[in-house]
Amino acid sequence: MNLKKDFPIFDHHPDLVYLDSGATTHKPNMVIDEMKEFLSKAYGTVHRGIYELSVQSTKQYDDCRKKIQTFINAPSEKNIIFTRGTTESINLAAFGFVKDMINEGDEILITEIEHHANFVPWQQIAKEKKATVVYAPVTDLGELDVKAFETLVSNKTKFIAITHISNVLGSIFPIQKIIKLAKSKQIPILIDGAQAIAHENVNVKALDPDFYCFSGHKMYGPTGIGVCYASDRVIELIRPMTFGGDMIETVKKEGSTFTDAPLKFEAGTPPIVEAIGLGKSIEYIQSIGIETLKKIDQDLTKKTITEFKKHSWIKLIGEPENRSSNISFEIEGIHPHDIGSILDNENIAIRVGHHCAQPTMERFKVPATARVSFGAYNTDNDIDQLMRGLKNAKEIFG
Amino acid sequence: MKNLKKLYQQVLLDHNKNPRNFTSLENPTHYAHGVNPLCGDDYHLFLQIENQIVKEVGFTGSGCAISKSVSSMMSQHIKGKSVKEIIKIKDAFIEMLTENLTASEAEHLIGHLTLFENVKEFPIRVKCATLIWRALEAALNNNKKATTE
Repeated sequence: MNLKKDFPIFDHHPDLVYLDSGATTHKPNMVIDEMKEFLSKAYGTVHRGIYELSVQSTKQYDDCRKKIQTFINAPSEKNIIFTRGTTESINLAAFGFVKDMINEGDEILITEIEHHANFVPWQQIAKEKKATVVYAPVTDLGELDVKAFETLVSNKTKFIAITHISNVLGSIFPIQKIIKLAKSKQIPILIDGAQAIAHENVNVKALDPDFYCFSGHKMYGPTGIGVCYASDRVIELIRPMTFGGDMIETVKKEGSTFTDAPLKFEAGTPPIVEAIGLGKSIEYIQSIGIETLKKIDQDLTKKTITEFKKHSWIKLIGEPENRSSNISFEIEGIHPHDIGSILDNENIAIRVGHHCAQPTMERFKVPATARVSFGAYNTDNDIDQLMRGLKNAKEIFG
Repeated sequence: MKNLKKLYQQVLLDHNKNPRNFTSLENPTHYAHGVNPLCGDDYHLFLQIENQIVKEVGFTGSGCAISKSVSSMMSQHIKGKSVKEIIKIKDAFIEMLTENLTASEAEHLIGHLTLFENVKEFPIRVKCATLIWRALEAALNNNKKATTE
C-alpha cells in the first residue's frame, strides 16, 4: 500500500524520505482541502454569532468534538476538552486537577522515560507542594518494570501519569494493566497518548483512564489543537486554568459563574479551523483503518530492526518486545547530529537529539540519539534509502 | 552531494576522533560551561591566563563532530596568545559564520579554522561551530555559563 499520493508534501518534495512522524506528521489532501474549504466557504465565529455563518461554523465545530468522541469511544462529547496539544492537556490535568489534591509528603508516580511534557509539570507541582515525584524504572530493553511499578504504589501515591508509547524507545506500555492497578487503589491516572493516537486503537471506555491526552498534529491533523479526554469521575472536579469569554455563565461585578464542561475549559475564541482539520484527520485515519496504520508501522519497524541488526556498528537503544516505531539508535563514532546532517543531505529527515526526554538519555547513558519513526506514507523503499544514507555516513567517518 | 564532503574534511574528522587538549585544568583562572540545550552539545572550557597570556587551555564534554573539532582546533590556536588577540580571533570566527566576513579576510586571524567556513551552508549547524567560542566569551567575561539557544 502506498499512501504517499494522499500527501501533497511528496508532490513538492518527490525525493523526501520522511522518518520523523513521531515529531509531527504530514497532512493529507483531505485535511488541507477541508480547512481551505471551510475558511473559504463557511468560516464564522462559534457559540456567539446570531448569523448563518456562525450557526454553520458552530455546528461543524461541535461535530468535530463528536467525531473525536466516537474515535476514542468516550462516553459523551462533554468528556472531550479541546486544548492546544498534549502538553497543554497534561498541564490542565496537572494544575486544574492534581495540584489541588496534593499535600506535603504525597507522591506522584510517573516513569523514568516520560517526555518532558509528562515530567516537568509534575516536578513543578511537587516543588510547590513539597511532594515527591516517584520515577518507576524501565528495564534495559526499555520495557516498563511492572513489578517494580507495583511496589512503588503506596498510600502516599495520589496520582499516576504514564506514557502509552515512549517517544524515544517506541515501547508500548501495558497501560491496561497499570490503569487497572491504579483503579484498584482508587488513584486517578493520566495516559500521555501523543505517540499512540495514530497507531493504536484507543478505546477510553474499555481502558477507562481518568485522562487521555493527545495532539492533532501527530495524527495527520493541524498544529495548535489537541485533546484532553477527562473521565466522568474527574471532569467536574477540574478547575478551569484560563478565564475569559466563552467559558462563563454569568459575569457580574460581584463575581462570575462558569458554564459546564467542556466549554468552561476553553476560554476565548477556540482554534475553529484547526478543530475542523482535526475532525477531518480522524476521518482520514478511519478511511485507512487504524489497524492498517498499525500494521504499516509494525511491518516497517520490523524491517528496520532486521536491517539495523545486520550491521554491528548500529546500536539500538532499547529493544522492547511490544513496540511501535520511534526506533532510537547510535552509530559508533558518529554523533547523532552528524548522522542527521548527512542524511538530510540526501533528503532523509530523521530526528536527532534528546527528544525532549533528557532523563531517558540519562537512563540509557547516551547524550543524544538518532530516531526514526513512521507514518501512513512510509514504504519499504524509505528504509532502503535510510540504510543507504547510514552506510554513506559510516563511510565518511571511516 | 553539495559540500557535505567538505563539511566533514579529513582534518575535522581527525580532530573529532582525537581531540587535542581534551582535558580539564585543575585550577583554571577562567572557566565556562557551554551548552546547546536543544541539541545537547555540552562542553566545559578551562583557561589558565597569566599576565594576559593564555598559558593553558583544556576542554571536556560531548557533542557532534563539528562542535568537538572546532573546540579542539580552537584550543590549539589560542594557546600562547594574548587575551586581546584571542578576542579578535573569536570575533573573526563568529563573524565568518554569522556575518559577511569571508574566510580569506578572516585567515590572518583564525588560520586553519577557516576550514569551517562551509558550515555556513548548513545553517542549522552554525550553533555547533560557535558554541565553544561562546563559552570562551563567557569565560573571559567571568560568566560561568554560555548557551547557544
